[in-house]
Amino acid sequence: MADALPGPDIRTGRLSPDDYLENFDDLHPPLGPHEASVEADRCYFCYDAPCTIACPTSIDIPKFIRQISTGNPIGSAKTIFAENILGGMCARVCPTETLCEEACVRNLAEDKPVQIGLLQRHATDVYLERPDRHPYVRAASTGKKVAVVGGGPAGLSCAHGLAREGHDVTVFDAREKLGGLNEYGIAAYKTTDDFAQTEVDFVLAIGGIDVQCGKALGRDITLDGLRENFDAVFLGMGLPGVNALRTDGESLTGVIDAVSYIAELRQASDLSRLPVGRKVVVIGGGMTAIDIAVQIKRLGAEEVTIAYRRDRDAMKASAYEQEVALTNGVVIREWLQPKRLLGEGGHVCGIELERTAQDDATRLGGTGETVTLEADQVFKAIGQTFVPDALGGAEVLSLDGGRLGVDAERRTSLSGVWAGGDCIAEGEDLTVAAVEDGKIAARSIHAALSA
Amino acid sequence: MADLSTNFIGIKSPNPFWLASAPPTDKEYNVVRAFKAGWGGVVWKTLGEDPAVVNVNGPRYGAIHGRDRNLIGFNNIELITDRPLEVNLREIKQVKRDWPDRAMVVSLMVPCEEQSWIDILKKVEDTGADGIELNFGCPHGMSERGMGSAVGQVPEYIEMVTRWCKQHSRMPVIVKLTPNITDIRKPAQAAKAGGADAVSLINTINSIVSVDLDQMAPEPTIDGRGAHGGYCGPAVKPIALNMVAEIARDPETHGVPISGIGGVTTWKDAAEFMALGAGTVQVCTAAMTYGFKIVEEMKDGLSDWMDEKGYTSVDEVVGRAVPNVTDWQRLNLNYVVKAQIDQDACIQCGRCHIACEDTSHQAITSMKDGLRHFEVIDEECVGCNLCVSVCPVEDCISMVQMTEGTDPRTGKKIEPDYANWTTHPNNPNRVMEAAE
Repeated sequence: MADALPGPDIRTGRLSPDDYLENFDDLHPPLGPHEASVEADRCYFCYDAPCTIACPTSIDIPKFIRQISTGNPIGSAKTIFAENILGGMCARVCPTETLCEEACVRNLAEDKPVQIGLLQRHATDVYLERPDRHPYVRAASTGKKVAVVGGGPAGLSCAHGLAREGHDVTVFDAREKLGGLNEYGIAAYKTTDDFAQTEVDFVLAIGGIDVQCGKALGRDITLDGLRENFDAVFLGMGLPGVNALRTDGESLTGVIDAVSYIAELRQASDLSRLPVGRKVVVIGGGMTAIDIAVQIKRLGAEEVTIAYRRDRDAMKASAYEQEVALTNGVVIREWLQPKRLLGEGGHVCGIELERTAQDDATRLGGTGETVTLEADQVFKAIGQTFVPDALGGAEVLSLDGGRLGVDAERRTSLSGVWAGGDCIAEGEDLTVAAVEDGKIAARSIHAALSA
Repeated sequence: MADLSTNFIGIKSPNPFWLASAPPTDKEYNVVRAFKAGWGGVVWKTLGEDPAVVNVNGPRYGAIHGRDRNLIGFNNIELITDRPLEVNLREIKQVKRDWPDRAMVVSLMVPCEEQSWIDILKKVEDTGADGIELNFGCPHGMSERGMGSAVGQVPEYIEMVTRWCKQHSRMPVIVKLTPNITDIRKPAQAAKAGGADAVSLINTINSIVSVDLDQMAPEPTIDGRGAHGGYCGPAVKPIALNMVAEIARDPETHGVPISGIGGVTTWKDAAEFMALGAGTVQVCTAAMTYGFKIVEEMKDGLSDWMDEKGYTSVDEVVGRAVPNVTDWQRLNLNYVVKAQIDQDACIQCGRCHIACEDTSHQAITSMKDGLRHFEVIDEECVGCNLCVSVCPVEDCISMVQMTEGTDPRTGKKIEPDYANWTTHPNNPNRVMEAAE
C-alpha cells in the first residue's frame, strides 16, 4: 500500500469546466410544452382537492392545471400567484413528495402522482419569461408605513401583500441581496439561472417596496427604532445561528458550517475555485445535510458520507431527498454521533463517531463503541437557531421553544409586531410555509392598519 | 376459432372489416397496402364524371382532441376522387384481379341524370368489382352541385337513382345515407323502395370543427376562410349506432342489410354495430389515425370475443341486440337500481360527489366521521348513472338492482312485475295492460 500523502487532500478545480455545468444544471429539468400538456391531462380535477389541502399556501392546483391544459399558462400562473407570490421558487424547492404530490389521488390509482411541482414551474416560467408582466396593480397609497425585517420568502411574501394594498413597505436585510435562503441556501441545481433574483425582481415590481440591504437588526437598526418609525413591523429574519457540535476539535480548519459553505457556493461565480476535500463527512440528517453532501459530491469529492445519529426514517430530509443523495453516490450511515474531531497540523483529518442506540422509544445514547472515518472536510449540518440578541433593547418578545411565539395571524406578543418564516415557533423550515406566514401576516397587518 | 368471413348481399369477404370510401381507398397503392394488412374489403373512393373534381390546396382536415391529443372527432372538406376516371377504373380492375377474395365495392356519384348513371355503371361493371355504393351522403362541396347529400336529403331522388342503378346494372347496390336529415328511416325506406340491396351509414355530419381565433375563421382555414365539412371519428359513433338501430327495428326496413359506418375504432365498436344490425362495418378515421395495422386488433378482438361468447359465425351476432332497442315508453319503470361505490377501488377524487351534489340529486357524501369519504345515500339515489359516467376508475361504481324490499327514496315496495309508462297512473293516455 502506498503511503498516504501528509496533510489534507483539499483542492479546487477537481472537475473539468463542462462537468461543473452539467453537475449544477437543473436537477429536475422543466417540462416542455408537450410534456406539460400530457401531464396536465392526467389531473382528475378532484372535488375539494387533496393536493390543495396539502399545500401550505392552498394553491388551487386543479384550477391551475386545468388552465395549463386549456392553453392558458398565463392564467394558470395567476392562479398560483394569487395564493403564493413565490410560486416559481416553491415549484422548484417544495418537497412536493410530502405535500401536494403525496396527496394526489393518482397515487391510489397507479402509484404515480401528477407532477404538480413541474406543472407549477411550467406555468410560472411561462409567466416570468416577460419581466414586464405582473399580475397585480398596487392600490392607491394609504400613507401607512411597514418595516419588514428579512427579505427571505416570508418577508418578500409579506412585503408584496402589503405593497399591493397600497402600504409603503421598507424591507431590511442583513445581506447584500434579497431572497434569503432562496438566494443563499437552496441547493444550486434546484434554482439555476439566478432564479432567486428574477423572482425578487418580480415581487418588487408591484411597486411601493423600498429595499435596504446590508441592514441587520441589532446592528444597523433596532426593533425599538422600527416600532417608532413605522406603523407596523414584520420580523422574518430566519435563523442566523448555527448549532455547534460541542466536541473536541471543532475549531480545526476544514470543520465547516454547511450553511456558510452553501451560501459561498451559491454566490460563487466560478465553482471550480471552491475548496473540495477528497473525503468528506457530513454530520446531520436534514435538508441541509443532504444539500451539502450532494453538492460537495458534485463538486468532485470522491467519498461523501452522511453520519446521522438515528435511522433514516427519523431524518428530517424526506425519503425522496435521501434517494437523491444515494443516487449521487453519497453514503448514509445511521446510528452514529460525533465524538471527537481528529486533527493534524491544525487541520481536520478524521472524525471519531460513537455508535448510538435507543434504550426505549425516544431516548438516544452512545454505546461506547466508536468508528473513525478519514475526512479532509467535515460539514456541520445540525440545525440553525434563532438569535434573540438581535431584538436588542426592545421590550421582551415572548419566545416559544427558542423561536418567536405568534398567534394564528402571526402576531407576536408585542403590539404592532408580526413575525413569520423560520424564526417563529411554528416555522417548518420550508419556503412554502414561510410564504404562507408572510401572506397571513400581511392580511392581518392590512386589517390592523385599515381599522 | 370464430368464422369472421362474411357474405354481405352476395359480396364475400374474409372478415367484416371494410375500409370506407375515403382517402385510404383512393389509389391502388393504398388499397393493396390495406389488403396486405388484412382488411376484408374496401369501398373505393367515390368516382365521378370526368373532368375530375379538384381539391383545395390547403388543409382539408380538422380535429377535436381529447386527453393527450387523442383524436376524438375528425372533419374534412375533401371531395370525391380528383384523379381521372380511367385511372381509377384501371386500378380497380387490377386490384380485384390480384385480390379476388376481398370485397371490392365502388362508390359512385354522378349528376341526377339517368344517362350519367348508365355510362358509369357500365364502366364499373367492366372492372369486375363486386358491387357499388351510391354516395348520397357527402355533405360538403359536391352537395352544392346537386349531388351527395343533396340527393340523400330527398327520398324521392334516392328512390329514383337507386332504381336506375338496379335497372342498368347486375351489380349489388348499396345506398350510402347521409345523417344530415331529421328521420333516417325515410331515406332508408326510399332506398328499399328503389330496390337497393343494402344501405350503408352514416356518412359524415355537417360540421365546423373549430374556429381559429386569431384568423377569426373556421378550421380548416383556407386563406382566411373556412367552409363546413364532414364530421366523423369516435365522436359520431353514438349518432351512427342510433341511426343503424332505427333502420334495423323499423318494420318497413327491418331486414335490409346494413353496412355500419361511424367511428369504428376497435373490435368492440364493430361488435356493437353488428349487434344493432350491421352485416359489415366500414372504417376510415381509425385507419387515418393509426394506419392499416389496426385491423389486426379488430379481427383478433372480434374473434376472441366471439369465442368467449360461443358465437361461431358473424351472422349469429348481426342484429342480436335489435329486439332490445325499444321506445322509452316501454322501459320497465319497476326496475330500481342504486349506485354502489367500491371503497377499495375508490381513489377519493370526489368527482362523483360534486357531480351529484352540484348537478343532480345530492346522493353522494363527501365526508364521514370527519374524513373524506364518498358513499351513496340510497334515500336520495335515483340510479341515474351520472356517478358511474364521471368516475375515472372503471368498475369502481356500479349500479346494483334492488330485487326486493322497499326503495328508500320513494318508500315504494319493489315490484317484481314489468310496468311501463303506457299504464302509469300519471299518463293521461294510459292503457290498462302494458305492451311489451
